[in-house]
Amino acid sequence: MTNELAQRAQELRQLIFKTIYWAGGGHIPSSLSIAEILVVLYFRFLRVDPQDPHAQDRDRFILSKGHAGVALFSVLAMKGFFDRKLLASACHLGSPLGGHPDMVKVPGVDASTGSLGHGFPYGAGIAFAGKQDQKDYKVYCLLGDGECQEGSVWEAAIFAAQHKLDNLVAITDYNKLQAIDFLDNVGSLSPLADKWKAFGWEVVEVNGHDTEDISCALKKVPFKKGKPSMVIAHTVKGKGISFMENAPIWHYRMPNTEELKIALKDLQLSEEDLKSL
Amino acid sequence: MRTAYIETITKLTKENPKIYSMVGDNGAIVFDDYRRDFARNFVNFGIAEATMTSVAAGMASCGAIPFIYTIIPFLVMRAYEQIRNDICLQQMNVKIVGIGAGLKYSTLGPTHHAIEDLALMRVLPNITILSPADAKETRKATELAAHLQGPVYLRLGTNKEHVVYEGDHSFELGKAVVLQEGYDVTLMATGDLVWDALMAVKKLSAEGLSVRLLNFHTIKPLDDKQILKAARETKKIITIENHSVIGGLGSAVAEVLAQSHDEAILKRLGINDQFCVAYADYESLKDCYGLSANKIAAATMDFVEQK
Repeated sequence: MTNELAQRAQELRQLIFKTIYWAGGGHIPSSLSIAEILVVLYFRFLRVDPQDPHAQDRDRFILSKGHAGVALFSVLAMKGFFDRKLLASACHLGSPLGGHPDMVKVPGVDASTGSLGHGFPYGAGIAFAGKQDQKDYKVYCLLGDGECQEGSVWEAAIFAAQHKLDNLVAITDYNKLQAIDFLDNVGSLSPLADKWKAFGWEVVEVNGHDTEDISCALKKVPFKKGKPSMVIAHTVKGKGISFMENAPIWHYRMPNTEELKIALKDLQLSEEDLKSL
Repeated sequence: MRTAYIETITKLTKENPKIYSMVGDNGAIVFDDYRRDFARNFVNFGIAEATMTSVAAGMASCGAIPFIYTIIPFLVMRAYEQIRNDICLQQMNVKIVGIGAGLKYSTLGPTHHAIEDLALMRVLPNITILSPADAKETRKATELAAHLQGPVYLRLGTNKEHVVYEGDHSFELGKAVVLQEGYDVTLMATGDLVWDALMAVKKLSAEGLSVRLLNFHTIKPLDDKQILKAARETKKIITIENHSVIGGLGSAVAEVLAQSHDEAILKRLGINDQFCVAYADYESLKDCYGLSANKIAAATMDFVEQK
């Protein structure tokens, strides 16, 4: 299973890169850092049916860091929510796929995100509704670490703990970078786990690129009955493309011809592979 | 209006458990019965309006009908992006209930006044905007909001608004109510100032003026037909609103007139591109800003006499 998931993560990285290449631009490093998290969720935990994307009792996945939308589109295509050829249309006129996910347009997307600090409270609302309606679905919500600088994240943290939303599972993509710099140089969140604990959450820290580690944590949710769960996933922004890893400048930038060659090699793609999705 | 709203939402919740009443740490005493009888449906978010708005949208995605309620600036302005992205963009069935329209929270000062909200909400796609004139109309507007599928902004005053409607009256989405027919000038009012306009009309009628009075309880969709009819038949129009003259009813009417072939002169009464800096009781503040019945009557008389 672990090998299979690691392979899927590699495939997802290739799809992400190819999709953004075809789109002509996008958030590559922010998408690459969550590859393992997404494949573990979609191929191991989420109870979702690509044939029935609006099923009322389905688990929800909210990509609160909506700028990694291409990663979500790619994993949805891998899961069969739509034909992966659709990825080639992203950001082109007439496509339902853009730079950020839109739940009205894209099957499998549970929330339209893009503006940070929205998806998480929105997901808390779905979790709250689930409790009220006595449903047994879970809501998984992936947050960016920079996103946790938004006040609304902490408003929702208070709300979720207050209402004992143990059906809410948040995952922080803790890659320590935001758009133009390291968090520690801008608005440090350290110590992040202590912050969430202080807000009434149960916290587990994992290696966000180790599918087994992520799985072990998610198997145990809720970490404590009556409390919301937070998985802090330590990740590397740009993971998988050597020159993008931990390099702030790549947040929204496309490689030049020379850099492209390196990126393809890093992702085990040929130039021929790049021609089709 | 507030009591009428709460009594109506209580009745609606009895009929439909999907309705939720969510507040931003307000409604002490007035919500006591609701809190006791519908504990499951009442959520006090505390002072976290942005999250209240997003949570409501998430709940609506699961079939709930949340009414989110607090003082207008804290909801419409603080949580504006949440209203735009999470409610309107996704067409979520959330009802945004703002209290303290215009200068209603008179002595609390400009932080609590709401003279920009119509401008902000009018520009959002997919939303319906209701601005009832009195308690009776608030009941009808609340019922309508509950039954409409999609985002609604319900703009309310507080309590003890004057009574505009003694008997039963029609309330139809997007249809202005003709409160009085007339042919010299048309007054178009919204919210609690409909009463002040009505008092002005009574005074003017006694002085021999033929004044038409329209109550615009719906700001969006706007009743273009009544505006154009008034333009043709009375040639002079005055808008009256508990709001800035920029972006609210006056602007909406101006937009309709500017694109029509019917010529009419428009005068907008409201707050003239300024914050209200005076502290006083509500009736005095209205008078300060030219929105009392006497001031409306005087402005109307001047306007009619102008060539």
